[in-house]
Amino acid sequence: METPAGQPDGRTRGKSALGGASGIGEAWRRVPQRIRTLLPLVIVVFLAALYPSVVDSLRGLSVIGDFFPQVSSMVIILVFTMMAVGLNIVVGYAGLLDLGYVAFYAAGAYMAGWFASGQFEQVSFHLGSVGIDREATGIHVSLWLVLIMAGLFTAFVGILIGLPTLRLRGDYLAIVTLGFGEIIPQFVRNADNLKGFDLTNGTFGINPIDSPGFGEGLNGSLGLPLSFQASFDREKLFYFTILALLLFTVFCSVRLRDSRLGRAWIAIREDETAAAAMGVPLMRTKTWSYALGAFFGGIAGAFYASFKSGAFPSEFYFNISVFLLCMVILGGMGSVWGVIAGGVLLGWLNIEGLAVIGDRFNDAAGTNIEITKYQFGIYGLIIVLMMLFRPIGLIPEGRRKRELEEGVRDEPMLEGRG
Amino acid sequence: MSAAAPNLLEALDVRKEFGGLVAVNDVDFSIPAGAIVSLIGPNGAGKTTFFNMLTGVYQPTRGKIFFDGTDVTGKPPHAITKLGIGRTFQNIRLFQQMTSLENVLVGMHARLHGGIVRSVLRTPGIRREERKASDHARELLALCSLKDRDEDLSRNLPYGDQRRLEVARALATEPKLLLLDEPTAGMNPQETAEFTAFVGELRTKRNLTVLMIEHDMKVVMGISDRVTVLDYGEKIAEGPPKEIQTDERVIEAYLGKAATA
Repeated sequence: METPAGQPDGRTRGKSALGGASGIGEAWRRVPQRIRTLLPLVIVVFLAALYPSVVDSLRGLSVIGDFFPQVSSMVIILVFTMMAVGLNIVVGYAGLLDLGYVAFYAAGAYMAGWFASGQFEQVSFHLGSVGIDREATGIHVSLWLVLIMAGLFTAFVGILIGLPTLRLRGDYLAIVTLGFGEIIPQFVRNADNLKGFDLTNGTFGINPIDSPGFGEGLNGSLGLPLSFQASFDREKLFYFTILALLLFTVFCSVRLRDSRLGRAWIAIREDETAAAAMGVPLMRTKTWSYALGAFFGGIAGAFYASFKSGAFPSEFYFNISVFLLCMVILGGMGSVWGVIAGGVLLGWLNIEGLAVIGDRFNDAAGTNIEITKYQFGIYGLIIVLMMLFRPIGLIPEGRRKRELEEGVRDEPMLEGRG
Repeated sequence: MSAAAPNLLEALDVRKEFGGLVAVNDVDFSIPAGAIVSLIGPNGAGKTTFFNMLTGVYQPTRGKIFFDGTDVTGKPPHAITKLGIGRTFQNIRLFQQMTSLENVLVGMHARLHGGIVRSVLRTPGIRREERKASDHARELLALCSLKDRDEDLSRNLPYGDQRRLEVARALATEPKLLLLDEPTAGMNPQETAEFTAFVGELRTKRNLTVLMIEHDMKVVMGISDRVTVLDYGEKIAEGPPKEIQTDERVIEAYLGKAATA
């Protein structure tokens, strides 16, 4: 287990470590490694892509049928999983405890609110939007564009939040991020009258928000759906979109991990002082992890707002930050597969799982307990049990696993700067 | 005060206070290009603090530091590394969960360019850069007698190899000046002798200037062109090893007053 060859997970080794290997034996060893890496991915993606077509039959099964979530629930599960994979860049790779990730979700959702709804009725601006009356007021930008804009804007917010906070270490950083996670929803709630200007529509939130689609041109030529909202397959379309977005997030996150930047993140996680002495700019590298983590959170937030057709301040609570962090911890910090597993599991429990399990429990025990009321208590219990029995997570990253078993050296040595 | 060779590094009147404690007291110090200079002194003399100021870990309370003609006073560590000062640590600070190769690759951080978008796309340029970097890292490992150790986790290496890996990692930053903080601490006499020879080789082969903190007088006297002695934060002597060995203040600092009487 201590040698690289015996690592529990082939993916954890950077590609760079394999490059330039010589000899036939080495080459032979490389083939199964790649297959070992890709095969689970192909299977999971295949099953996920198949899911909407078989979900009805699965849900029709006796006994276990209820345990399969509906497609609309799957959309939400995958949205949160995508956010967790984004958060993993910050927490898992760079080792920065971020308790305010919900701020990025909110920023993304409001980007969709601003640029794809009738919120700003003073103007009428249309750019590639689908299924919207040309005469309608407000800014209506194509949601595909809005997703990109939301990612970029949120990354920018991440940089803004990161600049003052990332000089802090450990607990201090966590507390300040927690603060920002609270400030942004409060701001959103109160920004309905900024000197007479209604930015966020306050507690009522912004709705409806436009839906993605391909418009008449592509609809006519390729048969792509005109607008998701107007389609009979609305849920399915959103599902495939979020699946693609999640894959994109995973792809980027793995590529980043194995890059020069990823090495620098891990170096910072292991020993900041040594990393700085090796030429890694601490502030810039940490800020990038923040910005990139935020980028995916923003896209997920904007997508979710479009799916729900609304952005409401009541959804951006601290709970969400903790919930996402639980996904990362449960799955295994730094491990992309782990975070996906943790995200899907906790997401499912949150949306359908607990209710189903609760019903089963009540049926069997003849009681009448509303299990879902205790959801955060249950998540807390899961985390406590994980910490007691498997602190490394469901599918741990090899490196992280060893760190947890042996501890890292991270004595502050720099004089609070970087 | 300085020799005929131009100075690669010059510290003028450098002072560091921690609260009321003066750790380094107005020290003037210079390193001629191409030289091996040793910094010695009893425990707590301020050697490591001085080192940390040169590398940007600490900011001097007062004074200026010039490296290769640039004022580096108060610059952050990564910027100083980029300018060409590489270092090792007294208590080994490798990235323990990384392989030897990855450790060295982190050392190349400032010399590589791989941006975010190109890394995600893994463009041919990035592949080439990464491949070159790995090849170069393997060369450095081989240079430091760590051939065939590149896939080993750094924490699994024997102690002497860890020390050498620290040097390989520091060399990866492409330094002009290499700072070694007690590089032979904990080595047995044979390892120490090998290491000393290795440092000498580095200087000639790679055109390096070396500053080291060292307690082993055999190493110091054997390899240094010049020795600087700190005691209680003050520079008490400076000169070629032979002079230092007979300097009264130095003997006093190490052995007490009675020894010089």
